[in-house]
Amino acid sequence: MALKQVSPTDEFIKGLWRDNPVFIQVLGMCPALAVSNTAINALAMGLATSFVLLMAGLSVSLLRNFIPREARIVSYICIIATFVTCVDYAIMAISIELHRALGAFIALIVVNCLILGRAEAFASKHNPGRAMLDALGMGVGFTVALFFIGVLREILGSGTLFGVDLFPDGFQTWTVMVLPSGGFFAMAMWLLVVNWIRQREADARKRANERAGEVAS
Amino acid sequence: MNAPAPVEQKRTSAWSMYRSIVGIGAFCALLIVTVYNATAERIADNKARFLSNAVAEVLPASRSTIEVNLDADGNLVAASEPANLPAFLGFGDDGELVGAVITAQGMGYADNITVLYSYSFDLDAIVGFKVLESKETPGLGDKVEIEPHFLANFDALDARLNTDGTALANAIVTVKEGEKTQPWQLDGITGATITSDAIGAILNQGSSLWLPALERDARAFQPPQSIEE
Repeated sequence: MALKQVSPTDEFIKGLWRDNPVFIQVLGMCPALAVSNTAINALAMGLATSFVLLMAGLSVSLLRNFIPREARIVSYICIIATFVTCVDYAIMAISIELHRALGAFIALIVVNCLILGRAEAFASKHNPGRAMLDALGMGVGFTVALFFIGVLREILGSGTLFGVDLFPDGFQTWTVMVLPSGGFFAMAMWLLVVNWIRQREADARKRANERAGEVAS
Repeated sequence: MNAPAPVEQKRTSAWSMYRSIVGIGAFCALLIVTVYNATAERIADNKARFLSNAVAEVLPASRSTIEVNLDADGNLVAASEPANLPAFLGFGDDGELVGAVITAQGMGYADNITVLYSYSFDLDAIVGFKVLESKETPGLGDKVEIEPHFLANFDALDARLNTDGTALANAIVTVKEGEKTQPWQLDGITGATITSDAIGAILNQGSSLWLPALERDARAFQPPQSIEE
């Protein structure tokens, strides 16, 4: 049986919805839950992770014939740690305040299983073009998911969005949403929404198949 | 029935492993050093600007500052190189000494907290406060940075020295929210008890270290000469 050819667009799109790293694969939860207490922190962490994902994917793909199987994990981690260090310097060069807000979690991008997972499962087996499309899709999917969690937590936990007050003075903020446990609550709420939509899609597909079967018979 | 022939796996040579690991290591080292060199100047500028803005924020009357240090005998001297926890003397428009800014550090709830605060020689009091670095719990511990009643402590937090000028007359301590009765007490924050207690301890420690030398020696210092002159 011939393998189904995946188009470059599908390679990119899959990370946004069908294989979204946060809402579907549930990968990289440490930064997703820890740094998403405000929208801007979530966005910054998403972009930093996306850059590392993209550069690590490109490097691993380019070097895939050069790295022996036995030395692949140490090589991938070394490559990922290098780009994380570069991102760390870049963020400090852009804004010390942003660097302070993201704290230790920039360094922890090194051990984000999403990045090592995509290097091992995809980039090491595909050409640089496809590896970059996959990394870009996963990176955008990760950033958007983190941003959604961050928006929900900031609005409910602080009553603001990007630091701008949204509610009148009497609004009682849900402090729990900016605490670590709030990350789990926000994640659960979004998982509920995503799974509800996916279930509706699956039901619609099933009904369409049944109707097609009835017409054929 | 014949048993399946064992699959012969090609063995990776030691040379190819050395080549890939050392090669990638060299490439990574080159990249890190290049990016470090490219960003070092900008990072140093950003850090200096951040500190300078923070100093201006806690001592708004200052127009120029000089960094000072303590020598082995505890005397105040001009710093020859930036310190890890620096202190500054602030001078006003006419070159008069308007205050000192002290950096101090101590353990909070989650990690070390680094603060910057200003001392007024006229009032013998701490008159400005800013958290430079903190990993305290968002929404709880970080209230020490924004809670108005806590920041009101620094309108004039008494930090006068004893008659000998060798130590604080009264130790700076944090009390429970609403129980402040003395000008050297910090009105704490309910829900951020450990962090607000830590701030009191940090200020007490920093002031005990710096204020005797500042009160004794600071008035002998002159403002920095401007470039135009």
